[in-house]
Amino acid sequence: MTALLRVEGVCKAFGGVQALSECVMEVEQGSIAGLIGPNGSGKTTLFNVITGYERIDQGEVYLKGGKITNLPPDKVFVLGIGRTFQLTRVFSRLTVMENMIVAAHHKERSADGARIRNPFARAGGPATRRRAMELLEFTGIAGHAGALAETLSYGQRKLLELSYVLMAEPEIVLLDEPAGGVNPTLVSTITDRIRELNRQGTTFLIVEHNMDFVMGLCDRVTVLDYGNAVVTGPPEMIRSDRRVLDAYLGAAEGGDDASAA
Amino acid sequence: MARSLYEAIIDGVLGGGVYALMAVGLTLIFGVLDIINIAQGILVVLAAYLSYVLETHFHIDLFVGLLVTVPAMFLIGLAIQVLFMRPLRGRERVSMSLLASYAVAIILEGVLYTIFGPNTVQLNAWYITKGVKILGGAHPYYLPYIYLFGFGLAVVLVVAIYYILYRTQFGRSVRATMQDQTAARLIGIDVNRVAALTFGIGVAVTAVGGMVYGSVNAFNANSGYDLISRLLAIVILGGLGSIGGALVAAVFMITVEAVVDIWSPSWSVVVFYAALVLVLTIKPTGLFGKKEARAQ
Amino acid sequence: MSALTRWIRPGLVVALLAFGALFPLIYTSPLTTTYAIDTLIFVGGVVAWNIFSGYSGYISLGHAVFFGSGAYTVGLVALHQNLMGGVTFALLPLGGLVAAAIAVPFGLIALRVRRHTFVVITIAVFFIFQLMAFNLAFTYGNGGVSTPFATWDPATYNNPYYYAAFLIAVGAIALSWLIRGSRFGLQLLAIRDDEDRARGLGVRAMRVKLTAFVISAFVTGIVGGLWVLFIGQALPETAFNPAYDLSVALMGFLGGFGTLWGPVLGALLLEPLQQEITQRFTSGYESLIVLGGLFLLVILFLPRGLIPTGKEWADGLRAWWERRGQPRPGDGLAVPGTAVAGPADGPVATAGAAERSGAPGPGGAR
Repeated sequence: MTALLRVEGVCKAFGGVQALSECVMEVEQGSIAGLIGPNGSGKTTLFNVITGYERIDQGEVYLKGGKITNLPPDKVFVLGIGRTFQLTRVFSRLTVMENMIVAAHHKERSADGARIRNPFARAGGPATRRRAMELLEFTGIAGHAGALAETLSYGQRKLLELSYVLMAEPEIVLLDEPAGGVNPTLVSTITDRIRELNRQGTTFLIVEHNMDFVMGLCDRVTVLDYGNAVVTGPPEMIRSDRRVLDAYLGAAEGGDDASAA
Repeated sequence: MARSLYEAIIDGVLGGGVYALMAVGLTLIFGVLDIINIAQGILVVLAAYLSYVLETHFHIDLFVGLLVTVPAMFLIGLAIQVLFMRPLRGRERVSMSLLASYAVAIILEGVLYTIFGPNTVQLNAWYITKGVKILGGAHPYYLPYIYLFGFGLAVVLVVAIYYILYRTQFGRSVRATMQDQTAARLIGIDVNRVAALTFGIGVAVTAVGGMVYGSVNAFNANSGYDLISRLLAIVILGGLGSIGGALVAAVFMITVEAVVDIWSPSWSVVVFYAALVLVLTIKPTGLFGKKEARAQ
Repeated sequence: MSALTRWIRPGLVVALLAFGALFPLIYTSPLTTTYAIDTLIFVGGVVAWNIFSGYSGYISLGHAVFFGSGAYTVGLVALHQNLMGGVTFALLPLGGLVAAAIAVPFGLIALRVRRHTFVVITIAVFFIFQLMAFNLAFTYGNGGVSTPFATWDPATYNNPYYYAAFLIAVGAIALSWLIRGSRFGLQLLAIRDDEDRARGLGVRAMRVKLTAFVISAFVTGIVGGLWVLFIGQALPETAFNPAYDLSVALMGFLGGFGTLWGPVLGALLLEPLQQEITQRFTSGYESLIVLGGLFLLVILFLPRGLIPTGKEWADGLRAWWERRGQPRPGDGLAVPGTAVAGPADGPVATAGAAERSGAPGPGGAR
């Protein structure tokens, strides 16, 4: 059981704010890992430093044992880490299908299996389009394949983002609040899809505030507090751990301010 | 016409001070509204023409005339922002505002040409032609008073702007909006009002710039291009949104240009732009510019 | 889509091409063909501009740099080699190449900055070039470059220029269409929507942008070269003319920023208008006011341009047409499954609803 993704002693500060402080975390191959913590605990920052959108001050990030610290986003993507954003990012003025094709561009092969070199080749060969449609059917938005991404509803956009990230056949997908602002039916759809993809071999690291979602789906959960991973373990253990409660509600003496859970 | 190095430097620094004032206006507008006001150049010319009209038709002294032109330019700036930029909506709002300012610049150029024709004019006053003796000896250099007055006024105004920004409630609103528009809105700042007023202030300073520019240069509607090119270069070099950067860049570049001018008048301007290109190659956000985290 | 609609678009294109090809034979007046040539020159120029600015979202207000460089290159070579007539057309690719060569360092510097700063840099570089044209020895400064005139029959003098302009315009449109459907084009469009995200997906943004920039410059250079051959003279203020940048941007926006046919439409509509204005107002300054005013109006009221806005209207009309045949919610008639239907469902839903709605209610007959 090797660690697919490993984060060691990572520190990241923004001005005076220490967003990540000696953060250590591991994601096992083939697992669904959860990352929770109160607002401001550094979850999205951790995603950003792993995927190259922010530079690390100190520490290292390893993918399959190889160092990927501070690599730019495109290199990280090509190495097999896919990622979605809290505020869904799709290419609004491209169609759903075109969104899918763009994400696959570096994986496209011509008929004989060679890398496509000619940039003027038609966008999206038959194999790519087939795979795109498969994925779109899998996530349930195939009916909108020809529609501009900006016409999709919020939930549909989340599904589109997930779909196109998958086009690149990543080894691990980092999901930033996949169930955020989405109706319960869609949440259960997303849960099912993630489970199915995991069965097929994709590893997941999920940041979420929705506790039911996390506890029901993840094998292991890491809790961040003030940029530090305080607890890691299976959901049942996390649920009853004192430190988690402290992280979310503040230390016992601190009073009963109702923090976000 | 070889002028001495000292003269060039003095001219450059003093002239740079005035350019600095106009550049500060431009960078302020950018900092708050995220717009590069391409019309700033032609607005300087407009201001110069206003001073000209006041002087020739009403015989009002140039500095006294500022009491009229500064508020006038302020109102014009306000009007431009409210009429042509505030209504813009959508994700391309900022690019569109930029193009709107471009369109306004073109229109103003046409209007000024139509009213005043293509012939150049220049402002007159006793302090433009008379000067204070700086250097003596075989080549005495008389520094025209206008340079001193203009520079002094520019300094006063820059200080005033700093004061407004850092010591008043309004200034706090402006700085907050510069940092984060959404957050500013959330704490109750009327961002629209701040935007309009800032634009007005940014343009109001062109009144002084225009007056000084028009005193030492013969100008017509075509001068706007030259002005905006320099101002843009200064502001980008200094770092968009950085007031201090605009000051430094203005004085630096105008001085360098004045010095190069000694050897080759036609190439001095190219040196100006070459400096811009050079800086951008090394540091795309300008000397004092902040690294923009915004995606665009 | 029915068989009929599938053929409308290509049919229109073919008709347009045929009309264009036969134009000088139908309208033989030199004045008309001159207008046409100027228009086609702008079609080429705007389409070229759009290939870069429209598709990448980086607005360039300095394409006159390429226009002028192409013009001066062709003009200078024609002058020095004393070339005239048909052989000068062979110089056009050279003009394009020089412009493309300039675009490389230009782009490498300018494309590293944010979009705003980019616009400003293009303006600055434009002024540098205009200045150089005025001051450098080999461009002959104020006097400019005059090319030897072709010794053709005055009656059909314009025709070779017309056909050259026509071919260039058609070629530019074809190129634009090719790019749009290509991998390269898709990456460019993705950059326009969200450059960071595109980068995150492995798109080599700098490379893609620079390529588009260079292609755009190449075509613009050729257009400039043709212009100097036609006009016979290149002056610093005419070859490097800020009005060119304004016009091209205006036409691009008016027609439909970033669309395939938008630039064509914009040029076809505006260039004859511009010619009229220049004739009407001989001083030339009023044209600035009109053009600037038009630009402002377009930005304020028609920012996406005619074609996209037109499409929106057409879609809205179509939806309205379908809704006409269906009962409104307040009518009390439960018509299952009549959510707003797509275009293909139109006639069927309307017929079905009309049947079911029976006698006309108070709302009036349908």
